[in-house]
Amino acid sequence: MTKPHCYHCGADCDEVITLQEKVFCCEGCKMVFQLLDENGLCQYYDLTNMPGVSAKGSFLSSKYDYLDNQAIQDQLVQFKSEGQHHVVFYLPQIHCVSCVWLLENLHKINPGIIQSQTQFEKKEVKVIYHPQKISLKELVQLLAFVGYEPMIHLGGNEWLQKKKVNKQQLYKIGIAGFCFSNIMMLSFPEYFSNDIRELGNLRPFFIYLNLLLSLPVLFFSASGFFISAYTGLRQKWLNIDAPIALAIMVTFGRSVYEIITQTGSGYLDSMSGIVFFMLIGRWFQDKSYDSFSFDRDYTSFFPLGVCFLKEGQEMNKPLSDLQKGEIVIIRNGEMIPADAIVQTEGALMDYSFVSGENAPIEILKGNVVYAGGIQKGRLIQLEVVKPVGQSYITELWNNPLLNNKKNIEKSFVHPWSQYFTIVLFTIALSCGIYWYFVNPHHILPAVTAVLIVACPCSLLLTVTFTYGNVLRWLGKSKLYCKNASVIEAMDSIDTIVFDKTGTLTNHDSAQLEYVGKALSNAELIAIKSITKESLHPLSQFITQHLNQQHIGVTKVEHIENKVGLGTYAKAGDLEILIGSRKLLQLYNIGLEEAIQTSGVYIAINGIYKGLYKMNHQYRKGMGEMIEALQVMGYELHLLSGDHSNEKENLQRILGSAVPLLFEQNPEDKLNYIQFLQNQGKKVMMVGDGLNDAGALQKSDVGIAVTDQSHLFTPASDGILEGEQVSQLSHLLLFAKKAKRIIVLIFILSIMYNMVGMYFATRAQLSPMLAAILMPISSISIVSLSALLSFLYARGLRIKHD
Amino acid sequence: MSVILLLIVVSVMVAAGFLLAFLWSVKTGQMDDDYTPSIRMLFDDELTHKDKKIK
Repeated sequence: MTKPHCYHCGADCDEVITLQEKVFCCEGCKMVFQLLDENGLCQYYDLTNMPGVSAKGSFLSSKYDYLDNQAIQDQLVQFKSEGQHHVVFYLPQIHCVSCVWLLENLHKINPGIIQSQTQFEKKEVKVIYHPQKISLKELVQLLAFVGYEPMIHLGGNEWLQKKKVNKQQLYKIGIAGFCFSNIMMLSFPEYFSNDIRELGNLRPFFIYLNLLLSLPVLFFSASGFFISAYTGLRQKWLNIDAPIALAIMVTFGRSVYEIITQTGSGYLDSMSGIVFFMLIGRWFQDKSYDSFSFDRDYTSFFPLGVCFLKEGQEMNKPLSDLQKGEIVIIRNGEMIPADAIVQTEGALMDYSFVSGENAPIEILKGNVVYAGGIQKGRLIQLEVVKPVGQSYITELWNNPLLNNKKNIEKSFVHPWSQYFTIVLFTIALSCGIYWYFVNPHHILPAVTAVLIVACPCSLLLTVTFTYGNVLRWLGKSKLYCKNASVIEAMDSIDTIVFDKTGTLTNHDSAQLEYVGKALSNAELIAIKSITKESLHPLSQFITQHLNQQHIGVTKVEHIENKVGLGTYAKAGDLEILIGSRKLLQLYNIGLEEAIQTSGVYIAINGIYKGLYKMNHQYRKGMGEMIEALQVMGYELHLLSGDHSNEKENLQRILGSAVPLLFEQNPEDKLNYIQFLQNQGKKVMMVGDGLNDAGALQKSDVGIAVTDQSHLFTPASDGILEGEQVSQLSHLLLFAKKAKRIIVLIFILSIMYNMVGMYFATRAQLSPMLAAILMPISSISIVSLSALLSFLYARGLRIKHD
Repeated sequence: MSVILLLIVVSVMVAAGFLLAFLWSVKTGQMDDDYTPSIRMLFDDELTHKDKKIK
């Protein structure tokens, strides 16, 4: 049976709610539609089919109370004047044309909003609003209501500031392009005239104008190469920018010499052209994924404000001001900001971000909860025992193992450029010696010509463009790399460590499985009637599960909640116990010894019936992917924060050769990576969540897996969308090809170099020849790089949407 | 011949004008977002009910 799709969010509808002949999956979606309909914003639904963000798990309006606090507002609001406040939000839900349209028409819903502007790729919206007509809190509530809940986090706004476009780079490219094209044009008369004397007085004019135009290229556009070469030399190592800087300087020096001595017109056109192409290459490679953040620490996970109790009153204040001993209030779905002691009943912690353990844990009054846990259920009060910066989870970031940063500078291109420089100097030297004996007049022209022609620019162009292309192709298949050096690092990987929960398994779709004696329909109805009343997430899972089997409900006469244990209830002639193992033991119900699994136990009329257990669902294609990786020669490991329930299942998927480690805390994972690296292995860590944060940082390549609009991704080198985990072997293979492409193209560029070198060593390099060789080699390199990466991507079925 | 001098000076100045326009556009943030404007231009000012029927 096909279920109808929600008009708003496109989800399958279990229970159908209709309005104006349209179908909605839940009240939340319907209410959003009503709001948009009332304000004449239904074009939202015309631009894209089912564009909405599911409004399930409707939000609590009190969640944003902290935004009324002045200190917090000051942190968020970027610009303030009498009738205008400017604020920028990060909205990870933005995904389509309709999103942009709706967000830019917010002023139709609330006249207090003056203007709103979205940046699609950064997933940001900038809102200008009238603070007297709409408060910041109301604005955020409105956004959250229509499905775009802003991510507001401790330290979040600093991160927004960091994402500024590198304008300096664009200025450099613009100026280099302008100077290059004009110099080229002014050089044409000389290339095409049979006799330069024809040009007469114009010639010095052209030449000096060229010289003038080349100055901004040398001093401004090319400054990056000089600075990088200089810092490299000071650290006593020759990076690729060193020979390039040398070539630029030699070209310019010789050109100035020729112009002043009136012996020629120099190679200023080639010089500015090379700088222009190389700058474009760098810009192409540095394309970043603006909507992602790769350098998050714990501050991006914690809320900005916190609700606390002061003399019995609920107050809000910035999280950073939170003191030891204060009482904070945590609502359903909120994160625990600091290690604390539970003061009230009903704490139910989802530690999946911290430990990887999927099922929520009940924590009794007086026990400690750790920062990073998420409260499921009702409102609780906590007494803070450690300041935010010193809690268990944040200490991960202060781990000394993380301090030795990865050396990302040492690209394999750099050693090559060292050989290149050595060969270059040998040729230049032998050329100089040859001409010393044959014709000393030719020493200087020949040696400088060698240095000009054999600049490793083509090598740099090859590398930057190829990595740029590969980054884009990987991005299209939803692996977003932090930068080009990640691709290189991926090439040298020999060991891959997987996390289980959320990486190999799907975070959201844990499936319930019933184990035990069959239950009659009447019994199922009774169970659903009981679980329906409870807010406990496991009960809600059961309700959902039974919903799918189309189980009805009945009247329950008597419900008794046992705190921390479960529920005792009477429905008709059935006496039902639903809850933990302890609950059943309390009622002296005989249990089969063998059953030790965690889950929800069911007993009816004093007899144990069975239990509902949570089964992780493995992502599709895991087996094939693992097999492919093993064929490719990778050593695989698995680290899980979860208990070993799943061991047999995993061993079946991964094969018996793969070491499986369970009950690993974040620090264990970090240490394990260190242990592997000490054996000289290059380790790639694939994981998600805070519990892998340390390991992701420590590994040579850390890939964070994410399912839900990149909400929670710890610091990493790359972000992979959950659905693509099964493609990992393909993606790795493709990244490996990048190096092959570079080698192939580099052979081509060596051929160009040899042609140029032939003329250079004979002291016959004319400016025109240089000016022809330079663009031809650059353009052929760029197009070949694009072509090869396209062919490889297609060959490996790298997805192109 | 001297007219060529003049022409070249003018042409370089025109080109410099475009360069300045580019630098200005970068400075004022027009290069910050190179994707959303392509979506935004597709929006109609207001979709009336008549339009819907034509569909």
